[in-house]
Amino acid sequence: MAVTSNRHWRRLLLIWLVLSAVIDPIFWFFVGDKIPPGALSESNVANGATFDAKVLSVTAIPVVIAVLVYGAYALIVWRQPKGAPLTDGPPLRGHAGIQWAWLGVTTAIVLWVFTFGTYELVQPEGAGGGEGPNPVWTPTSNTVLPVQVIGQQWYWTFRYPTFGGFETSALVVPDHTAIAFHVTSLDVIHDFWAYQIGVKADANPGSDNIAYATPTRTGSFTVRCDELCGIWHGAMYTTGKVVSKTDFEQWATASERKLAPLTKTLPKFSWVYVPSANPGAAFAADGSRYPVISPSLSPNSDSPASGGKDSFSKEEIAPYLGEGQP
Amino acid sequence: MTLEAARPADVGHATPPPPLSVATRRRPAWMGQHVGTALVLMVGGYALGHWAGNLITGSYSAPYFVFQNDAAAFLGLLFGILGWLTGIGALNYPAAKLLGREPTPEDPSEGWIRYFKFTVDHKVVGLQYLVGVLIFLFTGGLLAMGIRTELLSFSGTAGSSPIFNPDAYLQIVSAHGTIMMMMASSLVVGPLGNYLVPLMIGSRKMAFPRVEAASFWAFMTGLVCILASFGFGGFDTGWTGYAPLQTQDKAGIDCYLVGFAIVGTGMVLAGFNIAATIINNRAPGLTWGRLPIFVWSMLATTSLLTLATPVLFVACLFGGLDRVAETAFYVNEHGGSSFLWENLFWFFGHPEVYIMALPGFGIVAELLSTFCRKPVFAYRFSAAGMIGVALLSFFVWQHHLFQSGIDPDMRPLFMLTTELISIPTGLIYLIAMGTLWKAKIRFEVPMLFALAMFFNFLIGGMTGVFLSDVPVDVTLHGSFFVLAHFHYTIMGGLVFAFFGGLYYWIPKMTGHMLNERLAKIHFWMMFVFFNLTFFPLFIVGFLGQPRRVFEYAHNLGTLNDIASVSAYLLATSFLVFVANFVWSVFVDPKPAPANPWGSLGLEWQIASPAPPDNFDRIPIVLNDPYHYGEGHRVPVADLGLVRAGAAPPARASAESPAGASPSDGGTWSDDGGRAGG
Repeated sequence: MAVTSNRHWRRLLLIWLVLSAVIDPIFWFFVGDKIPPGALSESNVANGATFDAKVLSVTAIPVVIAVLVYGAYALIVWRQPKGAPLTDGPPLRGHAGIQWAWLGVTTAIVLWVFTFGTYELVQPEGAGGGEGPNPVWTPTSNTVLPVQVIGQQWYWTFRYPTFGGFETSALVVPDHTAIAFHVTSLDVIHDFWAYQIGVKADANPGSDNIAYATPTRTGSFTVRCDELCGIWHGAMYTTGKVVSKTDFEQWATASERKLAPLTKTLPKFSWVYVPSANPGAAFAADGSRYPVISPSLSPNSDSPASGGKDSFSKEEIAPYLGEGQP
Repeated sequence: MTLEAARPADVGHATPPPPLSVATRRRPAWMGQHVGTALVLMVGGYALGHWAGNLITGSYSAPYFVFQNDAAAFLGLLFGILGWLTGIGALNYPAAKLLGREPTPEDPSEGWIRYFKFTVDHKVVGLQYLVGVLIFLFTGGLLAMGIRTELLSFSGTAGSSPIFNPDAYLQIVSAHGTIMMMMASSLVVGPLGNYLVPLMIGSRKMAFPRVEAASFWAFMTGLVCILASFGFGGFDTGWTGYAPLQTQDKAGIDCYLVGFAIVGTGMVLAGFNIAATIINNRAPGLTWGRLPIFVWSMLATTSLLTLATPVLFVACLFGGLDRVAETAFYVNEHGGSSFLWENLFWFFGHPEVYIMALPGFGIVAELLSTFCRKPVFAYRFSAAGMIGVALLSFFVWQHHLFQSGIDPDMRPLFMLTTELISIPTGLIYLIAMGTLWKAKIRFEVPMLFALAMFFNFLIGGMTGVFLSDVPVDVTLHGSFFVLAHFHYTIMGGLVFAFFGGLYYWIPKMTGHMLNERLAKIHFWMMFVFFNLTFFPLFIVGFLGQPRRVFEYAHNLGTLNDIASVSAYLLATSFLVFVANFVWSVFVDPKPAPANPWGSLGLEWQIASPAPPDNFDRIPIVLNDPYHYGEGHRVPVADLGLVRAGAAPPARASAESPAGASPSDGGTWSDDGGRAGG
């Protein structure tokens, strides 16, 4: 059974080559960058998710084309007319060369996809995914602005530890600054999905889940809860803002001053909080809204957790947040 | 009232002395144990358990509403299931053995009543499973209509008033997911696995017929549990039941935990029974190299059923203890961990995905071979690929936890294992493409479903590679993209393969051909509207719509509307199937020939429907079921039938060298088993 020397092969190869050579560049140049979160988003992503999706797509497209072209070709060329007498096809049980070649090619594609995916994961700050309390892929920048994201049923709040730990429902971050989102929860599992800046991290009760992003453009972005967290899960969303470093510094210092009386009534800043599962524990004696693990007891507080990068004081971080600020 | 019955004196003389053993007593069919007695004992058991639960927890449990006491719900459900299994007769045999008595043999099953009884005939159990999974499928489908209705743009876009309130919506979402997952894990293994495996391997029965029947009746209680959850206010956790939410949820979640545990038990029972059957009950001559691909897929699936499902049982047990006995397996602040549930659940959950994929691969390989009239290409690769998928599926579960905050060091490893599993999975395409090469392709209805499965699974599989890639998964994780992906693999893959298999094997199972015109309408509606329903959801996910929300951004309205309207039409296609089934089997039955597709499979060499004992005598398998085009004289098996004019199986004369076989062959002339052929 001569399988390899055949006009069918030549035709199939030609169709496949032509289609791939047309569709792949079209995707690469005209579509890939529009796959969100890319140009459609108002603030761009610094991590490589968009580029990675693009590379994956141009790898996948020829594979899909190959299968579809082959299938269509086979169904058209080798179909039997309806009502034709039952005749058997050639008794072709296998072809060692083709089978091992198939294994080789699919293995090569998988290893390529894995290698590139790992590179993109390691290279830009863990690609924006939640890395748990001990991140291994951190920003190259020496200054990281920590922002605590607190999920609770069914809204988000944000605390800025370098600005006295004030808590707000408005998420504002500076552009061109590495930001460490410390995501935690007070009750059930939520998931912090900052869509346009390419961040996703589960908010686990009693756990500090760190994700990095470096926004490169100003604008607004959507924050949604991406893990089912109860009845109003669908309504647990808000909008965040990326502003210039100067604006951010102004906003943060103003908020710190304005919210100071309120901040005093809040529990002391901590990377994790104990959920108020026990009745009566929701309010501590000092009026704390939720009980606190004191930083000295918290397993995360002095861990090399954030490579020491979460413990920047306001003074340390200020030079990077804008000029001329007090 | 017959004369004999009216004259007891005569009867007493004419009949032998009354039987001593219960076993031989003749009763009307409706008087024995059947689904009616099971229902009565289930309701009674539930009431007893509920009362007992309220009694023992009365001192500290002051529920706002009497149906929110977890202990009462748990004991009620457990006693209800126990009552159900007792009432159907599943416990007669083990109870008699435990008490040292002679077990009562099951009633000889005859007539329509046997489909409502505990029976040891694998063909009856197969048909019971068929109706059972279809009930699951259509119940879950109705709930899906509720989901798509809520997500119509006038109800789902941000700020509009939704049709269902958020609680009702989540109850629908959760019940849909759970019922469909239960359904899909038994969809092929239950009906086709139980019915066909003995026929394909030349056996008269399953290795453990009572275990097989028990697995079916346990499976059905899963649906009862999930539907019962609505009586407790439903549950809001989705089918994944993540832990702090699970611990916090209403008592409806108890139904989820008990239901999944009991369905899991049924899956383990069905799994090791089928595995033991395949290993031990193969007919003489049925070597591993001649085993049909479908049986290989069943073997790979049963290895997952038996090894992965116990983890689900343990996870549900822990969750139940957390709720009822105040343990803290999943409670972070008391020494437990919510990550424990995520890990246990997905340690089961990912093999579960392949429990749902592998049987589909087996079916489409069989269908391709029959309707291409060619041997399955790369038989050994395909068997090895299924075993490879089964093995690898235990090493990928953490890709469900990529953004969850577990140790990120493991992320590249799980990205690698997840992508590696696409190599053995991709072999199904090598098999398909090799089998299609220069084939005699016949577009019968089962073949259409098989081809559609390859199209859908291509999209489902390729999008899976995007999800396995951690950087891209940061955007896609937990979004509608994931939802579209697994609907493409489970519904587009497994359910399409299942319906292909159904159209293929229903003549064998019922003895009736299904109407071809209606079948083609069903196929084209299902194929077109399946793709129109779920393809837009990939885009919706990429554009930022998370799963299980009742509200989305305004720019996603049109895409959601397309999906919803298509979903209604997709549901209509199933009505066409039901109408076809009822019409062709009950209203206007057309007897099916023994071998309507001209297949070489062993199951097609016996009458349709399969006779009570399957084979007159245990067949001697002489050839594999894929020897199309390799000469016409070696049948798949020596069935021991004396048939006029049939040549005795002579190996020597039959085997023509493969290379010498004309590529276009002669007309197919093997009449072994073709009724009237």
